Amino acid sequence: MTIITGKKKDKIDRLSELAARDDERGVSLWQEAFRRLRRNPAAIIGAVILALFVLVALVGPFLVPYSPTDTIGIREGLIRPGVIPGADGDHWLGYDHQGRDEFSRLIVGARQTLLVGVLSTLIGLAVGALIGGVAGAAAGLGGRWGRAVDTALMRIIDMMLALPSLLLAVSIAALLGASLVTVMIAVGVVSVPVFARLLRGSMISQANSDYVLAATSLGVKKSKIAITHVVPNSLAPVIVQATLTLATAIIEAAALSFLGLGNPDTAVPEWGVMLADAQPYLGVRPGLAIYPAVAIIITALGFTLLGEAMREALDPKLRK
Amino acid sequence: MFRFIVRRLLQLIPTLFGLSLLLFIWLRRLPGGPETAILGERGTPEMRAQIRRNMGLDEPILVQYGRFVRRLIKLDLGTSTNTKRAVTTEFLERFPGTVELTVMALVIAIGLGIPLGYLAARRRGQLLDHASVGGSLIGICIPVFFLAYVLKAIFSENLGWFPASGRQDPTLGATRVTNFFVLDGIMTREWDAAADALWHLVLPGVALASIPLAIIVRITRASVLEVLNEDFVRTAEAKGLTESTVRRRHVLRNAMLPVVTSIGLLTGGLLSGAVLTETVFAFSGIGAFIYDAIGQRDYPVLMGFILIIAVVYVLVNLLVDLSYSLIDPRVRVR
Amino acid sequence: MALLEVDELSVTFARRGQRTVHAVDGVSFSVDAGEVVGLVGESGCGKSVTSLAIMGLLPKQPGLRVGGKAVFDGTDLLQLDDRSRRDIRGRDVAMIFQDPLSSLNPVIPIGLQVTEVLTRHRGMKGAAAEKEAAELLDRVGIPDPKRRLKEYPHQLSGGMRQRALIAMAVACKPRLLIADEPTTALDVTIQAQILELLKELVRDSDTALVMITHDLGVVAGMCDTINVLYAGRVVETARRRPLFREPRHPYTVGLLGSVPRLDAGRGERLNPIPGSVRDLLPWPDGCAFAPRCARRVDECVGEPPALVLAHDGRSYRCVNPAPLPGSVPPPAATAPSGEAPAPAALSDETPAATGAQAPAAEATGGPVPAPREEEKP
Repeated sequence: MTIITGKKKDKIDRLSELAARDDERGVSLWQEAFRRLRRNPAAIIGAVILALFVLVALVGPFLVPYSPTDTIGIREGLIRPGVIPGADGDHWLGYDHQGRDEFSRLIVGARQTLLVGVLSTLIGLAVGALIGGVAGAAAGLGGRWGRAVDTALMRIIDMMLALPSLLLAVSIAALLGASLVTVMIAVGVVSVPVFARLLRGSMISQANSDYVLAATSLGVKKSKIAITHVVPNSLAPVIVQATLTLATAIIEAAALSFLGLGNPDTAVPEWGVMLADAQPYLGVRPGLAIYPAVAIIITALGFTLLGEAMREALDPKLRK
Repeated sequence: MFRFIVRRLLQLIPTLFGLSLLLFIWLRRLPGGPETAILGERGTPEMRAQIRRNMGLDEPILVQYGRFVRRLIKLDLGTSTNTKRAVTTEFLERFPGTVELTVMALVIAIGLGIPLGYLAARRRGQLLDHASVGGSLIGICIPVFFLAYVLKAIFSENLGWFPASGRQDPTLGATRVTNFFVLDGIMTREWDAAADALWHLVLPGVALASIPLAIIVRITRASVLEVLNEDFVRTAEAKGLTESTVRRRHVLRNAMLPVVTSIGLLTGGLLSGAVLTETVFAFSGIGAFIYDAIGQRDYPVLMGFILIIAVVYVLVNLLVDLSYSLIDPRVRVR
Repeated sequence: MALLEVDELSVTFARRGQRTVHAVDGVSFSVDAGEVVGLVGESGCGKSVTSLAIMGLLPKQPGLRVGGKAVFDGTDLLQLDDRSRRDIRGRDVAMIFQDPLSSLNPVIPIGLQVTEVLTRHRGMKGAAAEKEAAELLDRVGIPDPKRRLKEYPHQLSGGMRQRALIAMAVACKPRLLIADEPTTALDVTIQAQILELLKELVRDSDTALVMITHDLGVVAGMCDTINVLYAGRVVETARRRPLFREPRHPYTVGLLGSVPRLDAGRGERLNPIPGSVRDLLPWPDGCAFAPRCARRVDECVGEPPALVLAHDGRSYRCVNPAPLPGSVPPPAATAPSGEAPAPAALSDETPAATGAQAPAAEATGGPVPAPREEEKP
């Protein structure tokens, strides 16, 4: 009999799962995570919301009853100062302040919203992962230069963190001038420090783990360890964070639009812009704000639910 | 302890220099300088050049930066190109409003978030738990400015319970001492003024609190769940201690550690949210002012405010670290 | 009447969509005042769950069910309401845990963690409580107790931490002390000190001690009576000497055979028990140990083996127990008692022996999976 150093409570946990675990031996981390994801109702709800969202974004523009840019209401003289007609038989959600069909704009807006969310997250992920990866690798290599590079990069990240994210985004947007690309860059930059710290931290903890020590002592090359062990194992938290960031990206883009720094081209509808545009008409037609807001909230909820569920599924501490 | 504080403050200096240099260069590269803001699209090139020369903007950036630093050491942040008033004056006038709003939001977030998170963890899987988790998810996903509008529409425009804008009813003619309106009211014993200022803080405070509240509920819940599983809680139970002792001394005290850390990190988000909330409620704090300053290319104001915000952020996190070391003896501050 | 009488204690974890787990499946044993009783078994055999169930400390979760009785001094601990249970815990029944670092609250000083027991159960406060706490620390062998009271767990060594935990447990002179692997997480030299301390405390105050361990060395050094657990049931109970000299249950035999011995001859090998705790048969279907047992016969499968009561208070749950040395004909006596795979047919002790000549041969055709080791003829 060997000495058992594990905690007692682990034993009880193990006992209670003894029966269920027998058939789970030899399943990979990802397979097991996916299996647990499927059993989690929150993950299912999140996935369904996102599937619907992506579906609408892809095919919605081909199915809408009206053109999202056609100012029908103005042409037909329905829009007068202080009057924006609500729903009627043909226009399910009524008109917006320029007499365009609100329902069509909402549907078509999904595409632009998804685009802004995904691209700005990708920008944040790419830049953040690059900085974090370099810092993590430098810290892992050690030595005077390695540590210096790591410290310098992390100082920059700290400075970015010391600025309120929205101010950062606002000044970037102001620097580059209002445009769709600006919004994406501004929102993306805000998440750079998050990704950078995450990847660096995860790489360093992986590099210090026992299995990397084991691989090193077996004479496996450093680069090979990095590619086959450290990077894949550091990836899980980054993917989870990206899912969660998608939710905040959509919300932050809306905030920028609200501050008047959004995409100035309102011909292509986007939920954040629609929400911001509706502010002056809250008293007349609150629905114009509520529809895009609810759409944003539900979508953000979908990303958050799925992201949290993924985090739980991939967390080895919570494996039960 | 003392040496720890001093060292942290000394570390702040190089950070500030780095940040200010980056900001300095960056801000001056913004297209359209203050001359455009002043003259608009009109104005001859000569007039523009004249204004730039008057402001010293024609000199090399490093010379300008050197001048900025020399003044900074004397705590002089320059004059706003827009309002023609000293940046420090503007700041002292506006920052208290933002601080009041932020503190209000933090009080709401902490005061509600910790008990809710704790109860959710204790009643895991029950209605209250599901409600808190669900509510906090929605709290994270609602755009702050939209929530602010909804609150304003319901509670002030429809129900008339709270004022819709401003920091205080100007007809009260309250005396100003520190520009912290609530504090001023208390110091001058103008109780109605203090109450009115507090009343003005409720709606924007709630709107601003939504995200921190959601985050604190989630972190507290997760943390309590983890601590409840700890061996030392079992030891405490094995000693036969009453439930309230176990809860206070053993569960909550340990569960607070991650919550305290998160509060420091929340400050940055709170200041961002303050910009949006202040805009909706026409609340005169730094938010709206910074926003205007960006549009006006008011360099001195931008530089000054952003630097001050960075200092505040660092100080808040220093405070958080200090209180952390008070709760957790394992963290030695040297 | 014994001080603690555990009768048919069972703990089951039921989870939706999963098989119900019987962590403890009808454990019975008793502890007399001043007696040291061991609960021995591999990890996962239910010994810790047993102690936590008695203390009422099992983590509350849906699907958890505790059955049976644990009568302490006339009251069934399992039937108590939360308040009276808290009154008894720490005062009459105390517990020491395995990992001293994680079992101490990291953010409050040792002193408060000791005095809070005194305040709760003995109504001591302030300086009096402090003085008593210092005396307690002194009694468990912590030098400079006054200073230690102000320190935090992370400032103490592993052995000191365990001593502090023991001080908290004995603060109210409990009549029953349950020690759950108290030395497993410690260095060997410290282990001996802690065991010595426990022995001393128990002897001086006539406290009964339940020692939960997987370490047969600890058992040999401390326990008066030993209960061997397997898969949530007591499979053998005996006083210390008889158990080590003549183990009857094949599992006990296997446990003893797994311990390296200095007096073993050169080239003699350890006799590990094949398989793992996972390879078990549910008790209602027969003997849970049968899949790993070298002495398995047909009768092991079908229904759970009954408890066989032998002389001098020992009992075992086996239909084909290991033979007693001396009481067996010469062929079996050649095998040392540690040698498990003695051919079953040679035993005259088989209560259910139906005159079969070679049960081992028949067993291969039975419903139980074939043994992992070939039996020697």
